[in-house]
Amino acid sequence: MTATSDTKFSSKGYLGMQLLRFTTAGSVDDGKSTLIGRLLYDSKSIFEDQLDAVKLASVQKGSEHLNLALFTDGLRAEREQGITIDVAYRYFATPNRKFIIADTPGHIQYTRNMVTGASTANAAIILIDARNGVIEQTYRHAYIAYLLGIPHIVVCINKMDLLEYRQDVFEKIKADFNAFVAKVLPGEDLRFIPISALKGDNVVKPSLNMDWYKDTTLLETLETIPIDKDHDMVNQRFPVQYVIRPESDKYHDYRGYAGRIAGGIFHPGDEVMVLPAGMKSRIRMIDTFNGPVDEAFPPMSVTLLLEDDIDISRGDLIAGTASLPKSASEFDCMICWMNQRPLRINGKYALKHNTRDVRCLISHIDFVLNINTLEQIHERTSLAMNEIGRIHVRTTKPLFFDPYTTNRQTGSLILIDEATNETVAAGMIL
Amino acid sequence: MKDYNFTHLQELESEAIYILREVAAQFERPALLFSGGKDSIVLVHLSRKAFHPASIPFPLVHIDTGHNFEEAITFRDELVKKFNARLVVGSVQESIDTGRVVEEKGINASRNVLQTVTLLDTIEKFKFDAAIGGGRRDEEKARAKERFFSHRDEFGQWDPKNQRPELWNIFNGKKRMGEHFRVFPISNWTEMDVWQYILQENIELPSLYFTHEREVFFRDGIWLAKAPFMAMKPTEKAEKLHVRCRTVGDISCTGLVLSTADNLADIIQEIAATRVTERGGRYDDKRSDAAMEDRKKEGYF
Repeated sequence: MTATSDTKFSSKGYLGMQLLRFTTAGSVDDGKSTLIGRLLYDSKSIFEDQLDAVKLASVQKGSEHLNLALFTDGLRAEREQGITIDVAYRYFATPNRKFIIADTPGHIQYTRNMVTGASTANAAIILIDARNGVIEQTYRHAYIAYLLGIPHIVVCINKMDLLEYRQDVFEKIKADFNAFVAKVLPGEDLRFIPISALKGDNVVKPSLNMDWYKDTTLLETLETIPIDKDHDMVNQRFPVQYVIRPESDKYHDYRGYAGRIAGGIFHPGDEVMVLPAGMKSRIRMIDTFNGPVDEAFPPMSVTLLLEDDIDISRGDLIAGTASLPKSASEFDCMICWMNQRPLRINGKYALKHNTRDVRCLISHIDFVLNINTLEQIHERTSLAMNEIGRIHVRTTKPLFFDPYTTNRQTGSLILIDEATNETVAAGMIL
Repeated sequence: MKDYNFTHLQELESEAIYILREVAAQFERPALLFSGGKDSIVLVHLSRKAFHPASIPFPLVHIDTGHNFEEAITFRDELVKKFNARLVVGSVQESIDTGRVVEEKGINASRNVLQTVTLLDTIEKFKFDAAIGGGRRDEEKARAKERFFSHRDEFGQWDPKNQRPELWNIFNGKKRMGEHFRVFPISNWTEMDVWQYILQENIELPSLYFTHEREVFFRDGIWLAKAPFMAMKPTEKAEKLHVRCRTVGDISCTGLVLSTADNLADIIQEIAATRVTERGGRYDDKRSDAAMEDRKKEGYF
C-alpha cells in the first residue's frame, strides 16, 4: 500500500516534527474552548466518533451551531456546570509540528491552574474579547505568562465578527495591550492576531473578512515560532536523578549518573564540578541505550560517566566549571500558593528542586501581589490559595540553582505540606 | 550556530525516560502494569533504555482475565525471557474462585470491570507503591486531566477533583502508608506517536496487531472475536475475515478492525486515514458517557 494524496502524514515527515507546548488562558466567555475546538476541527484532529458525540450533545443542549466548545470539556462536573476547572491536555498535529495544549480556566480562582499549565509551555495564547478590549483578566494572563517565563506570546483578539472585522478595534486593543506590557514583558516575542473562533477567521484559514491583516494565521504562527533556543544552551547543568550500577560481570565497574540535561551542551572531556561535594572531574562518556554520543543538550535523557571515582547520589548537580550555579541556603523567590491551607509565616515545608529534596522555612513574606493591578501589598503574614507573592526561604541544605529567568529547570521549585503530602506552592527563584 | 533541534519523538522519549527514572528513584517497590498491548510493550522498551546497561529494576505485572488472545500470552512469556525481566501474574479467575468478585452474566458480560479488584489485590499483596501504566491522555476525556504521578488513596481510588498540581518536571511522589501511585510515562503520546515510535525503534509486537484471518461477529458497530466464552445473540453470525487489533485487551471488549495491513508502515497509513478514535473500538467505554471516569475513580488502570 502506498500513501494516498489525502493521507495526512508521510512516515518520514512525521518522524522529523518538532513539539510545541502552548497554554491557553481565557474565561468561558472569551471563546477559549471554541478556539481550541476550532483548531482541532479545522486541522482535522477530531475523530468521527468524537464529532458524532458532540453533534448529539449540541442538539440536546439546543445549540444552533456545532458547539465546538464541547470537544474540550473533560470531567463530568465540568460538563454539567459548563466550566473548565482543571488543566486539560489536548493533542493535535499538522504535517509541520505536534502540539500539546495545556487548556486552563481563566478566572482568578484558577490562577494556580494557569500557573501549572504555563510551567511547561513554550508559548501562550492570550485571548481578548474584541467587544471588551483589554480588561483586568488580560493583565493577569499576561503577567502569569511573564512570571512563568513563557518565551512566546500570541494575543488573539477574538469575536472580530461581532465588530464588523474593524481594523481600528484591533489597533486600539493592540496599543492598550502594548502600553501595559511595556512594564512587564520587555523583550518578549509578542504577536497579535485578529480572529473569530466561531466563524473560523484567521485560526486555521486566512480570513476573507480582514484583508487589512497581512500576517500569519494562528495555526501558521504556532507552526513557525522558533523554539530551538527556548532552553539555556550556555550554562551546563545536569541534576543527577538515579545512579546506574548494573549487577553483572560485564559491567562490573560501570557507575553511571542518569538524568536529563537541564542546561548547556555537554561533551566527553568537559571539565565539570560535582555539587555539593565541590570535586572536579571530567566527563569520560555520555552513554545511551543506543551507544555513547559526542554531545548532549537539553532536554536529552542520558547517562554521564566521570573520569574520577567520586561519591555522587541523587540530588547532586553536575555543572560545567565554566559557569557554576549559585549555591545558597537562603534566597528569595516568587511563589504562587496552590492550597486551601494558606502559607504560614515561619512554617516548615518539604522543598523539591530538580531532583534534590530538602526542608525549608518561610521566614518572611516580602509582598503579596495584586495580580490585576500589579500593586505590591506589604506587611502580609500569610498567602492564600491562588495568591502570588515574594518570599524569603531558608533551607536545611544548600540548593544549587540559577535565576528562573536564566533557566526554567534549575530556577524552579515546589513546596510540599508535610502533613498532607500535597504540593502547595510553585516557586521561581529570583 | 549549530542546530539543536529535537524531534517530537525524541522529546517524548526523553520525557518518558525521565519519568521512569523518577519512579525508580522515588519509590521502594514499583511495578510495570503489562497488558500485552502495544502501549505496555513500548513502556518495556523505554524502561530498558532508561536503565541501560542495568536490567529493568521493577517487575512486570499482568492482570490476567483468563479471556486472552493466546498470541498475547505467548508474546508476554517470550518478552519476559528475552529481557530477563520478572513477571507477576494477578488472576481474575482466582478472584472469582475465592469469591472476591462475581462474574457478570448476560450477552455483554465482560471481565474487564472485575480486573480492578484483582489489580488492587495484587498491588496490596506485593506491597507495590507505584504501578506504571501505559495510559495516554489522548485516549479518553477522563484521561485528559490525569497526572503523570497520579495519587491513589488506601482504597485505590482516584479523586479527579483533588489532584496535586504538577509543575515543570518536578514530581511529588510522597504518600502515606497503604497509599500508592499510578504513573503514566507516556501521558503525552498520541496513538500516532506510539506507532511512529514502534516503527522508529523497530519494536516487536504480537501478531494480533497485523492482519490475520479470524472468526468475528458484528455487534453495535464493532467487530468482536468469536471465542468459547463469548455469548452470541441468535441474530449474530460469525464470519471469517481479515482483521487486526487496534488495541489488545481482554477478548470480550477488544474491537477488531477490518484490515489488510501486514507491516508497520501500512498500519500508520491506515491510522492516519482513520477517522475513529482508538477507544471507539473499546466495548467497555460504550457503557455510558462517563464510563471511564467512573472506573478510574474506583481504581481501574
